[in-house]
Amino acid sequence: MTLANPSELAQSHPGNLQPQGWLRYFSFSLDHKVIGIQYLVCGFIFYLIGGALAGVIRTELASPMADFVSRETYNEVLTLHGTVMIFLWIVPVVNGGFGNYLIPFYVGARDMAFPRLNAVAFWLIPPAGILLISSYFLAGAAAQSGWTAYPPLSLTTPAAGQVVWILSVLLLGGSSIFGGINFIATILKLRRPGLGLMQMPMYCWAMLGTSILVVLSTPVLAGTLIMLSFDIIAHTGFFNPALGGNVVVYQHLFWFYSHPAVYIMVLPAFGLVSEILPVHARKPLFGYVTMVYSIMAIVVLGLIVWAHHMFTSGTPPWMRLFFTIATSFIAVPTGIKFFNWLATLWGGKIALNSAMLFACAFIVNFVFGGITGVALAQVPFDIHVHDTYFVVGHFHYIVYGGTVFVVFASLYHWYPKFTGRMLNEDLGRLHFLLTFIGFNLCFAPQHWLGLNGMPRRVAEYDPSFTTLNQVSSVGALLMAISTIPLLINVVLTAFKGDIAGDNPWNALTPEWLTSSPPPVENWLGEAPLVTEPYGYGHTPGKEPSSPSVKQVA
Amino acid sequence: MTSLSNLADSNLTGSDLPDSELTNSNPHPTDHAPSHGDFRLFGLATFLVADGMTFAGFFAAYLTFRAVNPLPEGSSYELELLLPTINTVILVVSSLTFHQAGKACRANQLAKARSWLMVTCGLGVAFLASQMVEYFSLPFGLTDNLFASTFYALTGFHGLHVTLGVICIAIVTLQTRSKGRITATDHFGLEAAELYWHFVDGIWVVLYGILYLL
Repeated sequence: MTLANPSELAQSHPGNLQPQGWLRYFSFSLDHKVIGIQYLVCGFIFYLIGGALAGVIRTELASPMADFVSRETYNEVLTLHGTVMIFLWIVPVVNGGFGNYLIPFYVGARDMAFPRLNAVAFWLIPPAGILLISSYFLAGAAAQSGWTAYPPLSLTTPAAGQVVWILSVLLLGGSSIFGGINFIATILKLRRPGLGLMQMPMYCWAMLGTSILVVLSTPVLAGTLIMLSFDIIAHTGFFNPALGGNVVVYQHLFWFYSHPAVYIMVLPAFGLVSEILPVHARKPLFGYVTMVYSIMAIVVLGLIVWAHHMFTSGTPPWMRLFFTIATSFIAVPTGIKFFNWLATLWGGKIALNSAMLFACAFIVNFVFGGITGVALAQVPFDIHVHDTYFVVGHFHYIVYGGTVFVVFASLYHWYPKFTGRMLNEDLGRLHFLLTFIGFNLCFAPQHWLGLNGMPRRVAEYDPSFTTLNQVSSVGALLMAISTIPLLINVVLTAFKGDIAGDNPWNALTPEWLTSSPPPVENWLGEAPLVTEPYGYGHTPGKEPSSPSVKQVA
Repeated sequence: MTSLSNLADSNLTGSDLPDSELTNSNPHPTDHAPSHGDFRLFGLATFLVADGMTFAGFFAAYLTFRAVNPLPEGSSYELELLLPTINTVILVVSSLTFHQAGKACRANQLAKARSWLMVTCGLGVAFLASQMVEYFSLPFGLTDNLFASTFYALTGFHGLHVTLGVICIAIVTLQTRSKGRITATDHFGLEAAELYWHFVDGIWVVLYGILYLL
């Protein structure tokens, strides 16, 4: 295509076509910052819905009998909880939300590579979410086969709800793929002249790795779900043993997406925490190069470990051996990242504000979830605890203790940039305390329950498990209460909070080198060239090499 | 394709405009803004990788079914070879004709490009027609057995891609008629359709290999 000259362009695309003010958040805005906020707010609404569903689960499990909801309703609630939290909260928020807001800043661009595709990707989410949740009110009831939708279970539960579930997940998968394509193009092609790949902030690498996983694995889930819908609607027999089909093939294809999906949820969190720790510890990120290689190693290994979810599915011994070894290997790059974060903190001038509290708690929670993950990769142990609450505990330590804690840390860290106002620290610390205690109270006992044989996804359990389940439910209640200070804080601060200024943390990454909130074009002048995003703690007398370091120092 | 990627690269290393001219007075950069290179082909290529993974999933499922799931008595994996072989030739030739169309377009011979595009479009339609003939002559239906279901899923999903490709080629052919729509230097639509068409052909060759020959 030819390059239009600017006067022509101004005529054909008048700037006022895009709504201004708060209305733009309800519009098909092409501004990556608006889209990022749309993702965040939309995701948070679904977090509250998914949290309410979790509340139903924990209330039901407070007693051994199915006395709060019926077994069928429990299955629906459980399925919706998993699907909402994964596809409508975690994945859109850590990828679409923070990714859209931050990545163009980090590469020194004024927007994403494909702004229109970006808006399309976001606007697929609300309809898909409403579709999914409204399936609860469907005549034949919502999907009841869990977020995994394993056949033959998903073939025997009410068909209408399952088909709506598939449709909704396909839409969300499409949104995810569009987002991934956009991030890859933005990071590889739209970098500001002079910015090298190894000079990008770590979150760019995390998003690049995540997007590669999205592009390679999500389509396989889409294909699998299309086959599953054929089994339900057209009565083909791909996954139906009664018609000569093969259920294990579904499991392989499903986990080929859904294991990388765990990295799609947690790699961006790794990136975000790598941005937050150096700022609040006033030290350069330790081991930048090893961090980059670790992310890429996790991407490669993440694609070849899926069958560790299937050790009890009649997997042959050679396959068990391979997947055990490959899975254990992932602990190496993950461990490198863990020690790099510790080394970043070591000897730093740590400011223990709300952002840092959540970020540090992430490290604690994540290492615990990581260790139980390595344990689960071992076949003999896995066979013992497969499909028990141990797996539920492990998973929530990774996804809640890992990713959601980082989402909160990021919220406290970047809220001043989003709105120009500082979140209240007292309310923030209260939010942290309630979340941290509630979270550990809720999910730590589940490891004991699992080791003692309590199966997951069942509304009723043996009365000997009652006490630990009640502890877990109290933890869930605390987590629910912890949302209140957060909500008050976010809403009140938007109107009454202290003015943040452009760079309240004295940070060096490019999003802080502009006003808060930033102008439509991100910077009024030229985009700053930040080649040393973590140049904190320069020794006096030694000249910092990057202009941005000079500017802040 | 080269002209386009050159253009994108030139924008990567520095736009003709100084950044200061792109401040608030100008509209927000979109994919058409001068500050912004044209990455649409790159994006399409990334999307085709994703699309290829969907096929890879189907292929993996088919090969596993075939390795471990016995078919009911009297049914087999053998298929009539004549029609699909003709189909393979049709698609491979159509890739070559599309390539000729692209070459002609870049050499600024739009009339020649249009003729080649029409030939390509005709070959695509011929493929779909011949696929239909095969479908109606097959002794099994969608739900008869696992092989039948997988056969229709794979060829049907590919046929959907061919149908979409034919529609795209038809649109591009029409675009060559309207003046200035497609030129020697500005022809993203044609290049995108070409990339997509080669992809669809490549998938068919793999599909032909594992579904008919194996």
